This record gives sequence, C-alpha cells and structure tokens, in this order.
Amino acid sequence: MDMGSLLHQFLQQLINGISLGSIYALIALGYTMIYGILKLINFAHGDIYMLGAYFGFVATTMLGFSFVPAIIFAMVGAAIAGIIIERIAYRPMRNAPRIAILITAIGVSFLLEYGMMLIATPQPRTFPAVFAADVYHFGPLVVNSQQIVILVSAIILMAILTYIVQYTKIGKAMRAVSFDTDAARLMGINIDRVISATFALGSALAAAGGVLVGIYYNSIDPLMGMVPGIKAFVAAVLGGIGIIPGAMVGGIILGVVEAMVSGFISSTFRDAAAFGILIIILLYKPAGIFGKNVREKV
Amino acid sequence: MKRVSKALAALVCASLLTAGLIGCGGEKNADTIKVGANLELTGGSATFGISSKNAIDLAFKELNDKGGINGKKLELVVADNKSEAAEAANAMQKLISQDNVVAVIGPNLSSSVIAASAINNGAKVPDITPMGTNPNITVDPDTGKTRDFNYRTCFIDPFQGTVMATFAKDGLNAGSAAILIDNSSDYAKGLAQFFKENFVKNGGTVTAEESYLQKDTDFKATLTKIKAGNPDFLYVPGYYQEVGMIVKQARELGMRMPIAGGDGWDSAKLPEIAGAASLNNTYFSSLYSPDDASDINKNFVAAYEKAYGSKPDVFAALSYDSALLVAEAIKNAGSAEPAKISEALAKINGFQGVSGTVTFDAQHNPVKSAVILEYVDGKQALKTKINP
Repeated sequence: MDMGSLLHQFLQQLINGISLGSIYALIALGYTMIYGILKLINFAHGDIYMLGAYFGFVATTMLGFSFVPAIIFAMVGAAIAGIIIERIAYRPMRNAPRIAILITAIGVSFLLEYGMMLIATPQPRTFPAVFAADVYHFGPLVVNSQQIVILVSAIILMAILTYIVQYTKIGKAMRAVSFDTDAARLMGINIDRVISATFALGSALAAAGGVLVGIYYNSIDPLMGMVPGIKAFVAAVLGGIGIIPGAMVGGIILGVVEAMVSGFISSTFRDAAAFGILIIILLYKPAGIFGKNVREKV
Repeated sequence: MKRVSKALAALVCASLLTAGLIGCGGEKNADTIKVGANLELTGGSATFGISSKNAIDLAFKELNDKGGINGKKLELVVADNKSEAAEAANAMQKLISQDNVVAVIGPNLSSSVIAASAINNGAKVPDITPMGTNPNITVDPDTGKTRDFNYRTCFIDPFQGTVMATFAKDGLNAGSAAILIDNSSDYAKGLAQFFKENFVKNGGTVTAEESYLQKDTDFKATLTKIKAGNPDFLYVPGYYQEVGMIVKQARELGMRMPIAGGDGWDSAKLPEIAGAASLNNTYFSSLYSPDDASDINKNFVAAYEKAYGSKPDVFAALSYDSALLVAEAIKNAGSAEPAKISEALAKINGFQGVSGTVTFDAQHNPVKSAVILEYVDGKQALKTKINP
C-alpha cells in the first residue's frame, strides 16, 4: 500500500472513530458526573442510554416528532427517569457501604433491561430515518450528514454542560458537593437537590447519545446499553473518573483507538484493545489522563 | 419472620408437588403425539423462529384435519431458545425431559443446533433442523461419524458457499472478493470457508478477510479497511440484523460493488434496516423461492397467505417440509417411539416437499437445488437456479 492511500485510510478511520467516540463521550459524561458527586459507579447508566433511545423511538414513530423535538423529549424523559431511580434506589442507600450501592446499581441495570424487554419485546426495532443520510465526499474521504449531526450535537451538549457546571448556581453547588459533601451541607447547600440535578443532567446526556445512535445505526434493542455502557465506563476511567473534560477526551480517544485497531490490525482485537487500555490505565495512571493536575471535580 | 418462612416453605412444597404430578401424570395412552419445536421466537433472529412456528402450525393443522397420523392427532410443543446457543440446549432439555416429545423440529441457527445436539442424541430423540446448514450438525467433527439423531431439511454450507462463488465468478464477473464474517456464528464461518476455497480455485483472489461479532453496530472501520483493497465483490454470510447495518454503512462509505450472503439474509427486516436503495445490487443464496411453480408449493403459498397474510419465506417453507417429514416418518414407523421415528427418517427417499425432493444421504443431508435471489428496490426476485 502506498503512503497516499495509507494516509487517506488513516483520515477516514479518524472520522469513523471520532463519530463513534463522541457517543462514548456523551455516555461517559453521565458516569463521571455521578461518580464525582456520589462516588458511585452507576452501572445502570448504559441502560438510561437505552431508555433514551426508546423515548426517542416513541417520539418519532408514535408522536410524529422531528429530530430536535424528539431528542429533547428523550432527554426530558430520561432526566425524569434518572431522578426517580436516584430517589427510589440510591437515596435510601446513601449511608450504606459502597459495595451495597454498587450491587443496587447492577440490580437497577437488570430491572431496566428486562423491564424494557417486557414492555417493548426483545426484538430489535428499526429506528425511523428522521433526516436523510446525505453523503459528502472530500476527495477520497467520505463523511455523511449523520456523522456531522452526531458530532455537532455532542459538541453543543458538552458546551451547555460546561456552561451549567461552571457558570450557574446549581453548577457551583455541584462542584462544591463534589469537593466536600459535608462542608457543602454546612454551607446550606441542599445536597439532595444537587444530586437529583446531577442525575437529571447525566441521564439527559445519555439519552441524547441513545437517540443519536438510534438514528445512526437505525436499530435499537433493550440490551443495546450493555456494551456501550461498559465502554463509556472505560472512557471515563481513561480520562480520569469524576473529571468532565476527561470524559469527553476519554470517549473520543476510545472511539479513535477502536477504529484504528479495526482498520489497521484486526476487527477481532477491537474490544480487546478497549479493555486493554482500561487495564494499562489502572496499572500505570489510576487517576486517568486528567487525574493529576486538575483538582476540581464534579 | 418465622411465619413468613413457614408459609414460603409450604408454598415451595406445594409447587414441587404440583410439578411432580404434572411430570408423572397423563403421558401414557394419550391420543395425541407430541412433537417439539425448539425455535428462535425472540432475540436477534426472531423472524426465523416465528416463520417456522407459523408453518409448522399450518402443517400440523392440515394433517390433523385429514385425521392425523396413525389415528392420532399431532400436538406441537414450542420452546423459545432466544436465538442463543446456550438457551437452545436448555430448550431441548425441557422439551425432552419435561414435555416428553417424540421428535423435535429446530433450532434454525447452526450454532444452536450443534449446542443442543448432545442432549437429543443422549436421549435418543430425533431432531430435524429446517435451516441449520453447518456440516457439523449431522456429522461429529471429532470422530467423523454421523450423529444418529440429527437430520436437516436444507442443504449444507459447502453448497451455499460453492454456489455463491460460482455465481460471483460467472454471473457477476468478479475477479476479486473480500469476505466479512460473523465470528460468533458457525454458519457464517462455514459459508465463508467454502466460498473462499471455491472462489480461489476458480481463479479469483481474496483481498481481505475480516470479521465481526453479533450485536456489533459500527462496521465503518472494518469496511474502510476492506474498501482500501478495492474488491469487485463483498461476501457477508451473516444474519440480517448485522448484515442490514453492514450494507447500509458500506453504501454510505461509497462502496458500490455487489454484496452477497447466504440464507441468513432472508428477512423482511433487512430492507427496513439497510434501506431499499442500499440493498440494490445485493444477492443471496437460498433454498427456496415462493415463485417456484410446483403444485405442492402453490397450495402451500396460498394456504400460508390465507392464514398469515404474507408470503412464506424460506424458513416457513423448510419448516413446513420438516413438519411433513416428521409426520411421514411417524407414519412409516407405525409408532411414536423416538428411536423408530429416527430409523424411518433415515430411510426417507424421494419425498416431495415444497422446497423440492428430499432423499437423505448417509450423513442425513438432503440432496437438492439452490436458488440465487436478488434484492430489487427492497423486494426479492428470483435471479437464477443452480443444481447440485
């Protein structure tokens, strides 16, 4: 293979990887926010993403919404689901040992997966094409409109999130709770309200990811959250769990690594590479890429 | 707490007792013959199992309306294997040990049939798979011996792979091909192996051999790699769920070459997932076309359309034939003993089914012809018929 075509392939894989990675990033953000506040690995988070995809499916097929209203509908629906899950399953366990909450999270995950199977049947559903997949050619490179929409939506959502966390009152409260829960409580911050807001925000982002994936691959099923949920967890750890920019960067890196491994080594090693990264990070830099210098956590 | 645990114990005892009673009661001297169906009613290949169940129900209803077999009615007991190999083994165990069926139809997926075969062979209950095409279903690969209690109604993988290699070379003038294999499926690996052998033997070159796993959703990286090799033809012998996404994503990447696969493509979901336009210039090998002009097929298509409102797919046709074969074997054996049914199945010769004539060879494989179907604007059309 000559250098030119190798470069083209590399760039095409970069495009493939970034669009896959921005979805991992959206899910990883929710993981990392919840961890930052509660020190809880919310294993049900991948299933919130699935829930969001189904909300989007209902909005587009049954209610006839177009893309933007559908994604907002899914985000609001998932945010409410996130608040309810936190209220019912996690809040009573607030002072229980860490392992008990972790097991509860796994239980919630199964409840969502198999509950959805009961309601929606286990058959994969075909997501309607809410906008056409136009294909653009830049020389030998191919990008389609869906990849652009995924990337742009992810960037907009991350920008909104950064604004909320950095510049609003609730964002400041979140940072305070993450930094020191007890001190924040003593300063008169309503901890429960902050935690609810965190769950709402994280769940809404995952739901947006779910709808985008539904449109991109046009197929959703009740177990679709399992693997992306774990991959997003790897992304969150890679960037430094609890750190918001870390989740974004971790997601993109993971997506690009997967695409490069599939493209230049073998698709069989793709998942091995993803989890290999997790092991290496845990061995050599357990705090993640952004773990050392950035102290501020949410 | 104490009272609760006592109540719980009583409940457990009661349910055990009931289970025991159901287990031992009422099996002998029944005026029905119980036949099991181990099918993919849910999961990634659910449309296969649902078609099978519809067709078997239809076959049994028609036979029972004519008075049944040997004066007894046929009764179908269905178990769901969720399109998974481990669940297929569980379903087989349940059908044989709890429901006491005399023969089993299904599963359709090769991996599932192979996983379940140890159970029905151990219990000496014959199993006939409508669509399990992997050679190892009827022949144990370790010993090379025929499995006594496994039969199939379809032809085997070598034939599907060989037929597609011939068609790619002669029908589409393809000089080079890339292969994308579902690595979690014995079926896909079998087809790919025989496609490759025959394509290379006929003078073609294979530019890439890549793989994926069931439930993968992103194939763009792998497809980009395949595209770089610039093949004339892409062979994807997987199942419709992933194949739909592969075809869609390949077309999005600007890959316009013919894409082809095996009978795992035969599902109404495929045009939904891939989109009708992306599916143009794709082909698959199959055992059956509803356009086949034989009388028995015309009657079957009419009855199936009347009952279910759609044309039968290949799974329905082969399952219908499987049901008729089991009934024929019970009739020839003059008994509903599983071992005798199995002996009678092995002796079937020149049986006329909707998918052609069935005669089992020494490996319990039928010898029959194949068809190549083409997707034209989301609809299947008969392209050509290839004889063994």
